Amino acid sequence: MTATRDRSTEARSERTPRPAPALRRILAHAGLETRVLLSNGEQLTVAVALPAMVLIGLWLLPLGRLEGVAAVDTAVAATFATALISTSFTSQAILTGFDRRNGVLRWVATTPLGRSGYLAGKILATLTTHVLQVVVLGLIALIIGWRPELLGLAAMVPVWLIGTVAFGALGMLVAGTLRTEAVLAVSNLLFVLMVAAGGVAFPASTYPRILSGLVDLLPSGALGELLRACLASGSFSIGSVVVLLAWAVGGTLAVIRWFRWTDS
Amino acid sequence: MVRAMDHHSPALVADDLTLSYGSVRALDGLSLTAERGAVTALLGSNGAGKTTAISCATGLLRPDAGTVRVLGADPWRSSPEHRARVGVMIQDGGLASGASAMQLLRYGASLHADPLDVVEVAEHLGIDTFGRTLVRRLSGGQRQRLALALAIIGRPDLVFLDEPTAGMDPSIRRRVRELIRGLARTGTAVVLTTHLMDDVVGLADAVRVISHGRVLASGSVQDVISSHRSADGALVLQATATGVDPRVAPALEADLRAAAARHGAQLEITSGGAADLESVLLDLMDQEHPSAPGPDPVGPAASVTAPSEQELR
Repeated sequence: MTATRDRSTEARSERTPRPAPALRRILAHAGLETRVLLSNGEQLTVAVALPAMVLIGLWLLPLGRLEGVAAVDTAVAATFATALISTSFTSQAILTGFDRRNGVLRWVATTPLGRSGYLAGKILATLTTHVLQVVVLGLIALIIGWRPELLGLAAMVPVWLIGTVAFGALGMLVAGTLRTEAVLAVSNLLFVLMVAAGGVAFPASTYPRILSGLVDLLPSGALGELLRACLASGSFSIGSVVVLLAWAVGGTLAVIRWFRWTDS
Repeated sequence: MVRAMDHHSPALVADDLTLSYGSVRALDGLSLTAERGAVTALLGSNGAGKTTAISCATGLLRPDAGTVRVLGADPWRSSPEHRARVGVMIQDGGLASGASAMQLLRYGASLHADPLDVVEVAEHLGIDTFGRTLVRRLSGGQRQRLALALAIIGRPDLVFLDEPTAGMDPSIRRRVRELIRGLARTGTAVVLTTHLMDDVVGLADAVRVISHGRVLASGSVQDVISSHRSADGALVLQATATGVDPRVAPALEADLRAAAARHGAQLEITSGGAADLESVLLDLMDQEHPSAPGPDPVGPAASVTAPSEQELR
């Protein structure tokens, strides 16, 4: 028995199990996350259907408009902000919260992917979903008369990336600190509040003065203002850039400090 | 030279591990080893410290004190290269609920450079019969099989299996045991936790009996079983009344004698060095009325009731 074991052990020593290359691992995880997100009816509703409703609603109703700007332009800016928050914040909070409860985060930490690979794959999955959202929502917007300027679209990219980091970090913070049931409630509630009353659907300038200053300091307010500046000829505010950056950095630091990988 | 030493030293060496959750001491000086090409079973009741020990060995928890080396490395600082050599099946599955079984198995394989054939593994464990089903709709036993497949898909040198056969029906359980034996035959070190004696006899090469965060008995399966038997071959349960409220001790002892008799075991009351009356009784009652779904009824030998240190010597 011992001799047999020695021989088989020697046989194994000729080949050491190796991890797949880092990029392949991250792409594999991003692919899985994207497929899971897009095949989930509820997540798809949050990612595409709700932003599409915002687009049609703001296009048809005289709400959230800027003087001298086409209704469809302000509607698209608000829609893209809604889409970003839905995926980076709400969907990721819910998916990560369930992953944490189901022990996925523990298992992942023991695989060649590891925690850093899991996070990298998650960011890539979020960005991939964003691209799909922009394509679908952009097509709807084109049908109802949106005529984007290339410069505005290009200016939107860095805003989009900073926004993804800021809201992704906040989503992870909710997922990594609260019980799963609370994650569902809090992420959905905050999503509705940020879109309806946080400077996304309606510019901060349309709020009563006492509230507009507060909205300017919210990540949703800053994102809404910056996307309106890029896509709807709104006024570009360096203050909004600073606010969004501060939420991105602060949120990331908070995740590093408080995120718990296990449910216990 | 380093590789040669690496392949002849034990796959797992844990030395004097302690770890507390607040005021609860989960590991209390636990030391154990696991050899390559062998199945090492960590046997103990719920809360004995088995899962905590595995969590330390897989880098999920950092012990408060003591050292643990897995394939010669510190698991707390493990690299992707190290983790590729270690397969892990955690107790609660760790499976993404929104993915299908085959999606998840292919994903697990894609994390490794030279994985096992996904289709073959799926067929062997019967995963192909529910491959397109979402994980959240799988039964407990199906999830166990999928988690096991994910643990072995990378051809690991060492695999940790936390309660690998819990919730499985008998035919699948047999197949899983054959698979685990096969892993050991090809040189893989297998470390499994269980509270089922069935998982130990006929499967494990070595057993470490864990109770209250310590290894109370260690050796071959026969060694450990015989250490729990009296001269006439009857199983012996030991318990101490020390530290038990004297007002309730007689009633506890009467209940424990009745429970031991139901299991065909003898009861010895010691002055120390064993678990207290209430713990032993709860262990037995837990086996008679398991609260968690899945585990089979087991015999008294599966009750890790803290044999005295004198007995273990």
